[in-house]
Amino acid sequence: MSTDMGAGAGSGADSSGDNGSGSGSGSGSSTVPGLEGARERRVRTGGVELCVAELGDPGRPTVVLVHGYPDSKEVWSEVAARLAGRFHVVLYDVRGHGRSTAPDPLRGGFTLEKLTDDFLAVADAVSPDRPVHLVGHDWGSVQAWEFATVARTEGRIASFTSMSGPSLDHMGHWIKRRAARPTPRRVGQLLGQGAKSWYVYVLHTPVLPELAWRGPLGRQWPKILRRAERLSGTAYPTASLPRDAAHGAWLYRDNVRARLRRPRTDAHAHVPVQLITPTGDAFLSERLYDDLEQWALGLVRHTLPAKHWVPRTRPDQLASWITDFVTAHESGGPPEEAAESSTGTVRTGPYAQRFGGQLVLVTGAASGIGRATAFAFAEAGARVVAVDLDGEGAARTAELARLTGAPEAWAETVDVGDGEAMEKLAEKVATEYGIVDVLVNNAGIGLSGPFLDTTTEDWKKVLDVNLWGVIHGCRVFGRQMAERGQGGHIVNTASAAAYQPSKALPAYSTSKAAVLMLSECLRAELADKGIGVSAICPGFVNTNITSTARFTGVSAAEEERRRKKTARLYGLRNYPPEKVADAVLRAVVRDQAVVPVTPEARGARFLSRFAPGALRAIARVEPPL
Amino acid sequence: MTDRRTAELRGFREVQRLAYECAETVAARLTPGVTEREAARMQRAWLRARGVRDWFHLPFAWFGDRTAFAGFRIPLQFFPSGRRLETGMPFILDLAPVHRGFTADVGYSGCLGPNPLHNKLLADLRAHRELILREVRERRTLREIYEDVDRLMVRQGYANRHRAYPFGVIAHKIDRVKDRRWSPHVFGFGTQSLKGLASDALRGHRDGWSPLWSPYRFSDHPPAPGLWAVEPHLGFRGTGAKFEEILVVTDSRDPEQSAFWLDDDLPHVRRWTEAAV
Repeated sequence: MSTDMGAGAGSGADSSGDNGSGSGSGSGSSTVPGLEGARERRVRTGGVELCVAELGDPGRPTVVLVHGYPDSKEVWSEVAARLAGRFHVVLYDVRGHGRSTAPDPLRGGFTLEKLTDDFLAVADAVSPDRPVHLVGHDWGSVQAWEFATVARTEGRIASFTSMSGPSLDHMGHWIKRRAARPTPRRVGQLLGQGAKSWYVYVLHTPVLPELAWRGPLGRQWPKILRRAERLSGTAYPTASLPRDAAHGAWLYRDNVRARLRRPRTDAHAHVPVQLITPTGDAFLSERLYDDLEQWALGLVRHTLPAKHWVPRTRPDQLASWITDFVTAHESGGPPEEAAESSTGTVRTGPYAQRFGGQLVLVTGAASGIGRATAFAFAEAGARVVAVDLDGEGAARTAELARLTGAPEAWAETVDVGDGEAMEKLAEKVATEYGIVDVLVNNAGIGLSGPFLDTTTEDWKKVLDVNLWGVIHGCRVFGRQMAERGQGGHIVNTASAAAYQPSKALPAYSTSKAAVLMLSECLRAELADKGIGVSAICPGFVNTNITSTARFTGVSAAEEERRRKKTARLYGLRNYPPEKVADAVLRAVVRDQAVVPVTPEARGARFLSRFAPGALRAIARVEPPL
Repeated sequence: MTDRRTAELRGFREVQRLAYECAETVAARLTPGVTEREAARMQRAWLRARGVRDWFHLPFAWFGDRTAFAGFRIPLQFFPSGRRLETGMPFILDLAPVHRGFTADVGYSGCLGPNPLHNKLLADLRAHRELILREVRERRTLREIYEDVDRLMVRQGYANRHRAYPFGVIAHKIDRVKDRRWSPHVFGFGTQSLKGLASDALRGHRDGWSPLWSPYRFSDHPPAPGLWAVEPHLGFRGTGAKFEEILVVTDSRDPEQSAFWLDDDLPHVRRWTEAAV
């Protein structure tokens, strides 16, 4: 286990002096485990000595990262490393944690007022002239809310990014409002958060938490974290954990009851706030932030499909959102204008919170469902890569995606059935645009006609695009996602024909059934890596798949007639691809496995489960062409 | 004969210019907070002050995502609503005054403040104006032309929103109407004009053509001579743009003379030529 790491972490004995910034970065690097190249200094304030680590050029905007409970500043190591290239990154161990010393006595030493003193002392030491950008996770965010809402820090903070830590004052009001007028929904919300807060009650019992942390719980904690959060890596948690956790219990005891009973009524943020909410947080309900706009004007919201420890599990995404927010508020201009000017539109709504800034790759994006999906993601503020064999159409999609709200959009001309080309594409995308967050394997072609009239050529063609395209996509981009280890989502466009047999579509249905099963298997395989896989089964959607479809066993003229006729029938059905695109985004947000879209697709799905005989009867019907 | 035709076309051209002038004037007077009803009333008042007493249809105004007919299910939703204009919102003014017996039907797309997406839609309408004229001169059937316009829209990445109009028309015939002292209207459409359209429909039904240019079988015929108010309407998510103007179709053998736009000096055309320069 982690006994060999940071042997001196708990001692706090080796002090490199108050002006640590003067010491070379080389000497500091060996003393901070997990934070290579960090310069270390110690800041004395209110009877404690804080251990402060700095990365990056001090001339750049300063970003202060505050850790939570039970953690030390090393929880931020991944995020800090990613921010260090652009910012002056400052991390410090909260009093009583890591290599900072603890107040004596402990009781009353962890009040938010004292924590604010600590923050101001650190800020003054590392950035005496310019306000700092504040980022907090868990208890770091709880404290930072205090920093961002009390008057004496005004002018010292430029922006605040909060994750998994509400203001105790806001929470107090949240509880009061729900308890005062208990509708069923409000009671449900109260009970829900009440159950999630079980550990808070436990931490209020005397002595026992300390004993547990210094004893078996402290020993087991790394294993528990690894299992619950699927953490990998070794530098975290550090060896100081039992002591951190034992001291940190006083964070709760000194503040929670007092603040929840008498929340401040003036806890309005005086800085721009960005809220990042992990949707799978076991300790905090998303509903806690429902009323947050009244406390923080111009609040920017993001959601992340992850559990509580996002600084460990999603460092790339956090670094990108922090970078954007800090950059937007560093220029000094009003926040709204800065956000708007890049796209021309204000992005709001649940999809924007979830997909803003993410990289989405859509195949078959030159028309139909692929194009509509690209636009829907673009509208949510995602960066879009539009892939299609039809380069002109893909370019058009990318162009309109930019106008729709995508900060960036690119077109790539690739045949998805070509494995080598897909490998090349994946390489190019990874080096030039980044790792794909959402992959939509949508490219597909139609093929209709009796099995006995379908040639091997026809089979090869339809399988190459419909099945191999999906396989290649999942293979090359899925691997990148899995290797990054920070989650992601794959959407494969199957079809209602995947479970609705038909004598008219043997080859097409076969390919789509394979896609459906591939998606289900892949979903099982990638679940451990936090990557979701969804199969979309649209049904009859008005796209140009009909006018490019191949009809086997008939003359060219008859084929053309059938194409026109099908196109007309699909036109009469007139189910718009935009609705399918919406289903795609919803499937990603909800991590749905199989999504039938049109009513007929839903009906067939239902029948396939409860009355497969009916589907077999429908399969024999000759389509009216 | 030609003199009479020239005079007649001049009459139509004048009222079309008047209508576009009205649209431009009202568009310039739109400010944040104006409702669709107010915009429609402004058009009506402006034209009434200039002697318009009868209408092919009363002025329409659509703001925001109503320009793309988002969520329209029943025809009543076409009528001006209480939707207020905001900065950056696209709008469409659609008006069809009858002046001295001549009818115009024009559509004007604009935007309050800069909106790059809306600009793109407006620019892309140009290809439709050219396509329609070219194929009418080729005497393709109206249904085919409709489908080609549809295909071009899909290729451009847009949705066909004229499909939402009554009968899904991209165009309809307009004609002279008698100047009456009393000119009532039902559901926003002038009775005189509806009567003209109905008699055209009856006549056309006998001869195998229709005054409505639609995607349906009754439009499966070459363009019939007369004046057609053509209104391709692009929709892209919450943004819509259209133009509407009169296409003159004659029975001349000369392709140039067989079909032409009544007037090339219109706001949207000027916009394209300015952009090209």
